[in-house]
Amino acid sequence: MSTDTPETLPNPEKKTTAGGAELIRLEQVTKRFGSNTVLDHLDFSVDAGKHVTLIGPSGSGKTTILRLLMTLLKPDEGTITVDGQKLFPASDKEVREVRKKIGMVFQQFNLFPNMTVLRNITEAPVTVLGMSKDEAVERAKGLLDMVGLADKCDAHPAQLSGGQQQRVAIARALAMQPKVLLLDEVTSALDPELVAGVLDLLRDIARSTDITMLCVTHEMNFARDISDTVLMFDSGRVIESGSPEKIFSEPEHDRTREFLSAVL
Amino acid sequence: MKWDWGAVADFMPHFWDGLLVTLQILALGSVISFALGLVWALLMRVPSRWVTWPVGTITEFIRNTPLLVQLFFLFYVMPEWGLTMSALTTGVLGIGLHYSTYTMQVYRAGIEAVPVGQWEAATALNLPVRRTWTAVILPQAIRRVVPALGNYVIAMLKDTPILMAITVLEMLGEAQLFARETFQFTEPLTVIGVAFIVISYLASLALRALERRLVH
Repeated sequence: MSTDTPETLPNPEKKTTAGGAELIRLEQVTKRFGSNTVLDHLDFSVDAGKHVTLIGPSGSGKTTILRLLMTLLKPDEGTITVDGQKLFPASDKEVREVRKKIGMVFQQFNLFPNMTVLRNITEAPVTVLGMSKDEAVERAKGLLDMVGLADKCDAHPAQLSGGQQQRVAIARALAMQPKVLLLDEVTSALDPELVAGVLDLLRDIARSTDITMLCVTHEMNFARDISDTVLMFDSGRVIESGSPEKIFSEPEHDRTREFLSAVL
Repeated sequence: MKWDWGAVADFMPHFWDGLLVTLQILALGSVISFALGLVWALLMRVPSRWVTWPVGTITEFIRNTPLLVQLFFLFYVMPEWGLTMSALTTGVLGIGLHYSTYTMQVYRAGIEAVPVGQWEAATALNLPVRRTWTAVILPQAIRRVVPALGNYVIAMLKDTPILMAITVLEMLGEAQLFARETFQFTEPLTVIGVAFIVISYLASLALRALERRLVH
């Protein structure tokens, strides 16, 4: 499957080195739910600082990859390596170290409804990173300012619109200072008029930070704007990958063409 | 049959004694059943059959046998094994233990009703398991089950007279003692009947107020 290792991605044979900066690698990863094979011997890797977008029809395994990386799921076969640390098998301590490097934003926001907006953001930095409460609050306020919700510190999630909740969720993920941000269809649950605000925020983050992004999305314009690489999924495999210009302008694969003509 | 206010007046000092005991049973029994029920519910989630099997069996046994039998057992059999407690202590522990097997089901439902996304967000933020429970899951689960727990407080109130069987002088015990000595049944039984309604009603008002506070 030559399409699994395009020029823009490092050769999977290459070892992780200080300058090589390969951050994530999946090798021969297979995931099944019952008799349904969601990921089929998948290989791919992501370099530090790159923005990779996963596109493809529903059920093609895109979200499953993010969930595997976040250790919400276990692969049935294959290895996943994050920043040199192999997941599955790994000790609890090793898994926790890997999780520290990864943040995730969910389709349904998943804010903690029993906490204020501020506490949603400070909870993990204080209890996981051991940050002092004052520092965590200070940083949380900075992040809320960045996402345009500085005045919502003391609100509860239920008092916010979907778009506002998702921006808080992005701030919450960033508060952990992850190296990788996983974005799982983050605008799919939003009312159409709220989508642009969230995508603009993510564009800003992509432009102004060196955070690595893995993004599952159906927003093709957004994918074109922020991506270094676009991976086209179908039936648990990457059938085509490359720069957004290549994928969106001159896709090689028929399935890619069909998919793009259906969504664009 | 004539209504005798004099008998009511005579009964009142006994009534107050009984009321105090009933309220003690209710308060302590509730605390025990709320705390122990949560312990059972959490133990049932330990991923080991060595924990869930004994806890499940014991609680199932307690839930499916009569409170009265359990009270007799605690009061008359346990002393033979060297464990002697006062009637009131036995009654409070017995009723608290019995009701904990109901509240555990309430907690279980509350915990299961917390959306899976909450667990996933806690994992994604790397929160330790203990912190996930105390800061994320339980506050949401318990908020959901307050009304159901409240119903068990009222059910427990109505079961407190069963403790009369092990010589605890709560309201019914006092009423019956008074009736046996004076042959006046109507007045003491009416008084405690009204008292049960008043306590139930006040308890349900307090619960509704608590519910309102929890749902903001």
